Amino acid sequence: MSTLTVFWIFGVIAMLGGLLCITRRSPIGSALWLVVTLFALAAMFVLLDAQFLAALQVLVYAGAIMVLFLFVIMLLNLGRPGPSDIRGTMGIGVAIVLAGVLLFQLRVLGTAAPPEAIALPPGTMAALQQREGIIGSVAGPLFDAYLIPFEIASVLLLAAIVGAVVLAKKRL
Amino acid sequence: MSLDPTRYGDLALILLPELVLTGWALIVLLFVAWRHETARDLRITGWLTFAGFVATAGAVWWLWWRVAHAAGLAGMIAVDDFRWACDWIFLGAAALTVLLSFRYLEREQLLAPEYYVLLIFATLGMMIMAGGADLMVIFLGLELMSIAVYVLAGFDRRRARSAEAAIKYFLLGAFASGFLLYGIALVYGATGTTNIVLIGVQLGFAGRPGVMLLAGLALLLVGFAFKVAAVPFHAWAPDVYDGAPTPVTAFMATGVKAAAFAALFRVLLEGFAPLDVWRHIVWWLALVTMIGGNLLALGQRSVKRMLAYSSVAHAGYLLVAVAAEGTAAFLVYLAAYTLMTLGAFAVLAAKGREGESEVTIDDLSGLGGQRPWLAFAMAVCMLSLLGFPATAGFIGKWYILLAATQAGENLLAAALVVTSVVSAGYYLPVIMAMYMKPESSEAAHVDVRLGRTAAVAVALMTAGILILGVWPNRLFDLARTAGDSVRPANTLSAPPSGARPGN
Repeated sequence: MSTLTVFWIFGVIAMLGGLLCITRRSPIGSALWLVVTLFALAAMFVLLDAQFLAALQVLVYAGAIMVLFLFVIMLLNLGRPGPSDIRGTMGIGVAIVLAGVLLFQLRVLGTAAPPEAIALPPGTMAALQQREGIIGSVAGPLFDAYLIPFEIASVLLLAAIVGAVVLAKKRL
Repeated sequence: MSLDPTRYGDLALILLPELVLTGWALIVLLFVAWRHETARDLRITGWLTFAGFVATAGAVWWLWWRVAHAAGLAGMIAVDDFRWACDWIFLGAAALTVLLSFRYLEREQLLAPEYYVLLIFATLGMMIMAGGADLMVIFLGLELMSIAVYVLAGFDRRRARSAEAAIKYFLLGAFASGFLLYGIALVYGATGTTNIVLIGVQLGFAGRPGVMLLAGLALLLVGFAFKVAAVPFHAWAPDVYDGAPTPVTAFMATGVKAAAFAALFRVLLEGFAPLDVWRHIVWWLALVTMIGGNLLALGQRSVKRMLAYSSVAHAGYLLVAVAAEGTAAFLVYLAAYTLMTLGAFAVLAAKGREGESEVTIDDLSGLGGQRPWLAFAMAVCMLSLLGFPATAGFIGKWYILLAATQAGENLLAAALVVTSVVSAGYYLPVIMAMYMKPESSEAAHVDVRLGRTAAVAVALMTAGILILGVWPNRLFDLARTAGDSVRPANTLSAPPSGARPGN
């Protein structure tokens, strides 16, 4: 089976999962379809030679974060189907127009050639992974070139936790 | 002092102010975990936070004094005078906000010391935004600041208006962040880097900009315009400023806006300097914002909403400085604007009470007779916002005018003068009400009290406005050296060396 066939199979699965995720009435159904999309995306990462990212995607996103989602949905008793977010012909019309704009934009951007700086010659990833190992090629930049954004992100999460506690506390 | 960002010791020095403030946030957080019961604990937390801002300002001062600069060009964090100047403005605004909050929090029964922790995190985000030399760092700083401020806006949970303000701010802020992130992604796609200096280098060599780059730039500008509340994207500002607790509003109108402007300034002037498109867009934004903000403010009766629209108008003046690329004028105005806006909101916080239902301009009638000092402070702030001579606001506007005419933007300069005249139509009624109208009842201003710390803060701000108004030279020298440090990569010269002049 060629790479292209695999790409199409998982691409269609991801698209369908995304579509069903936003059209289901029941929040639990939406969450489960999101899992399907995330799995399909993990397959995409494998196609891009990023096996470690694919494993992380399954472990963290499809696993831990989705469990958290379902947990919150059930904890807050949101499991019943609610009204759809896109209401009325007006809403549907706006949604279609926006989707059209997005498609048009993707079409235009697809014709623009990316600069040479990010267009890696084929085989670069494989060579890099040969040298650094699959995990090393992710960990190296994360803790070296991108150390500062990485650390800022952790402070950001701490601030978000403090904020969530303030908003959810029983007594001010 | 030359610092090499690839060495961890030097990297820690480059990030010293941020590290000090982060460490302090953790200490305050731990303290709060143990002591969060009484009003006294809240006061101690407040003073602890204040001390943290002072310590961080000291760290910034040390780096400035040692003339720290980075070896090599393309670091994640800029090490230049522009960053120090902006840091001082943010830290000053945050420290003054702490002083304003003591009495307010007790009066409104908001006895949750996490308030101060969130204030620290927001300030940290601002400092990261002003220092970020990489779009990724700027975005993370923006999110850190925004998330803390979303919660602060809705801090008074029991009041529906505060909650409404938080939700509105959150939804539109998230929307703006989305635009910004998409813009960053497209700019990365077009240039192959998120580093601002490298983007500048790349664009200097490239010929005509492609579709992807233009789309990215447009989305970036939309995102920033939301954050600074420039006119087509200002609709959230009045409601959010009105609903949020007044000290938080003061902080949002000064610190948050200043941070967004600082990041916008660096991105445009360092990264997109070779491109001409943004100058036209910012030109129009400035014009529309000045006109729109001032006209909309005219119709307001509530002082808080009036100040909200006035801050939209001032965003327009600052955009003139951006369009004219007057970095020094930009920094001087930012400092002056921070002082006078904080002062005005401080007096307003003292006047509003019990859920602060609508302080209208008429509610201030007779304040001059009963609370002369408070009325004097408010009058100075109003005159300064108007741009009256011998106040900091006048000096700021004067420098922006100079920068605009030097850059040949005569139409913008004219618009600035005309709209400033229009703004007298809503600043002067406040002064007239305070001094020329009788109070509605004997007891109208009986319980108007600033509290000791806020009184000190207001006195400092008033004195600052007046002193800068007659003696701006030192500030302008500072702003000029700081402004010179932000420039496109192709004009970069040798880094500064030696000690500060006069030290």
